[in-house]
Amino acid sequence: MVSYLINGISLGSVYAIIALGYTMVYGIAKMLNFAHGDVIMIGGYMAFCSTSYLGWPVIPSVLFSIFVCTILGMLIEKLAYKPLREASSLAVLITAIGVSYFLQNAALLIWSSNPKAFPNMVDLPNLVIGDVQISSVAIVTIIASIIIMIALTFFTSKTKLGKAMRAVSEDKGAAQLMGINVNATISMTFAIGSGLAAIAGVLLCSAYPTLMPTTGAMPGIKAFTAAVFGGIGSIPGAMLGGILLGIIEIFAKAYISTQLSDAIVFAVLIIVLIVKPTGLLGKKMAEKV
Amino acid sequence: MKKLSKKTRAGFINYGIIIVFFIIFQILSATGNLGSSLKGQLIPICSYIIMALSLNLVVGISGELSLGHAGFMSVGAFSGVVAAASLADVVPNNTLRLLIALFVGALIATFAGILIGIPVLRLRGDYLAIVTLAFGEIIKNVLNCLYVGIDKRGLHFSLKDEPSLHLEPGGKTILSGPMGALGITKLSTFFIGIVLILLVLFYIQNFVNSRPGRAVAAIRDNRIAAEACGIPVTKYKLIAFATSAAMAGSAGALYALNYSTVVPKKFDFNTSILVLVFVVLGGIGNLRGSIIAAAVLTVLPELLREFRDYRMLVYAIVLILVMLITNNDKAMSFIRSMVKMAGKKFRKEAV
Repeated sequence: MVSYLINGISLGSVYAIIALGYTMVYGIAKMLNFAHGDVIMIGGYMAFCSTSYLGWPVIPSVLFSIFVCTILGMLIEKLAYKPLREASSLAVLITAIGVSYFLQNAALLIWSSNPKAFPNMVDLPNLVIGDVQISSVAIVTIIASIIIMIALTFFTSKTKLGKAMRAVSEDKGAAQLMGINVNATISMTFAIGSGLAAIAGVLLCSAYPTLMPTTGAMPGIKAFTAAVFGGIGSIPGAMLGGILLGIIEIFAKAYISTQLSDAIVFAVLIIVLIVKPTGLLGKKMAEKV
Repeated sequence: MKKLSKKTRAGFINYGIIIVFFIIFQILSATGNLGSSLKGQLIPICSYIIMALSLNLVVGISGELSLGHAGFMSVGAFSGVVAAASLADVVPNNTLRLLIALFVGALIATFAGILIGIPVLRLRGDYLAIVTLAFGEIIKNVLNCLYVGIDKRGLHFSLKDEPSLHLEPGGKTILSGPMGALGITKLSTFFIGIVLILLVLFYIQNFVNSRPGRAVAAIRDNRIAAEACGIPVTKYKLIAFATSAAMAGSAGALYALNYSTVVPKKFDFNTSILVLVFVVLGGIGNLRGSIIAAAVLTVLPELLREFRDYRMLVYAIVLILVMLITNNDKAMSFIRSMVKMAGKKFRKEAV
């Protein structure tokens, strides 16, 4: 029971980190970035290449992976999304799907479809308390996500850039009038989201060590669900949604059915949205007539 | 002769395109000029065209973004397969059995559509999109665990495994969980596919100009104003949603009965997205665009076969570029002026 809970929180922390990327981008650019899941996959491959092929130690290879994904995120935003800033949301959605196809197929060409065994990034002994054994990966994941959440909360509430980010997500026009560089702020949001995706990729692949071009797709969809679950656009909502989703998934797998666990997760989402149509911590929107 | 209105004429042009398409492929296949890979694509093209048309009813005419349309296709596909397999002895005529299977597929998908539509249509915008996505995933997940068998006592269902169906000796398993439906008798024909497209097209084109159709469009354009005019919003949205589900269900049955095996994984999120891409690239709300985009984009990966491993990459780049160009005013006006110039030149030469 306790170990299920820990596993659930650990999986949920990964979802939460991915969901943060979704929710920040949604908040600021009002778009569903479907390519986010594939950035996770690229992050995983980058860490895999730098440790397995180049023989780098763990920390530099994680940093390298974050660096590559950050650049990638900014590049995607610049090339694919920026020209569509005034276009309909459906056009942006389809473009994001195109980017997602592109990343998946590029990975397929570079690394082939054979699953790669992800190296053990967390080389620490498992923690044993009484008769409960907790894997070191789970602990590292939880600690990493707590650090990220604290850092992000501090960033958005205390620093100038973070405040600019919140201002842009609230009202683009007004933010511009206040002298905030809107384009740079959006670009920065993509950079942060993609950097977080790289960390999520490394943590996800440490827990489930098979790496394929489609690795990012399902966690991507689930994290997106988590972001909506918590109220999309809200940063604490993404954290809460992610962790709850992880716990629900692990418990559904353990006590109800392994095969139906995904269906149960999505069913819970639907029930929550029917009761509270803007998610757990979502803002209530007043309707203009 | 009474002059036809512009809308009616556009509708007849659409029927004409489909019939010409049919005749061309019939001639090609009769004279043996049709490649086998393209020949195998004909029925999938038909079902994707129906999928695109039905999704256009939701996305274009009703204005709701649905990301789980493949779920209805899946429901239709597997209920159609079960119907066709269980009636194998009762109805010996293949065409009649196909028609029954298509009807059953549409019927069960309509039920699913109503069941899903009631909670979903209360939500709006991106939340609605994510819930349809979730329903699509749930349908895939449940069908992935569903076992159906038939024996003398009738149909048996189980969500666990094959032995728990408790079939009598001589019974047959129709659906076996993640393996999907095995040993389907191929019933679908190109002709029936074309007839189905014409029916769907006929329905949607007339629906748009009917009282409920206009109500649906009014809700899309301004929900609050429509509500203030006394239009029951949920009812009309549900009509559009369930009709679209029915069409997707028959498309699924048509699709599944063209293959000997079908797995539930076939109808996942990616298939929903694929159909959405047809609708968006064809032009939202534009039926002719949907037909052309569905046909071209189903064949495109086959045509790109020369690029072999690169074909999906090329597909992705084409997709992004088309979206970037069609949403860029400068590029579009450039293309328009080029088309105009080419047209002038062509006309001059013709004179």
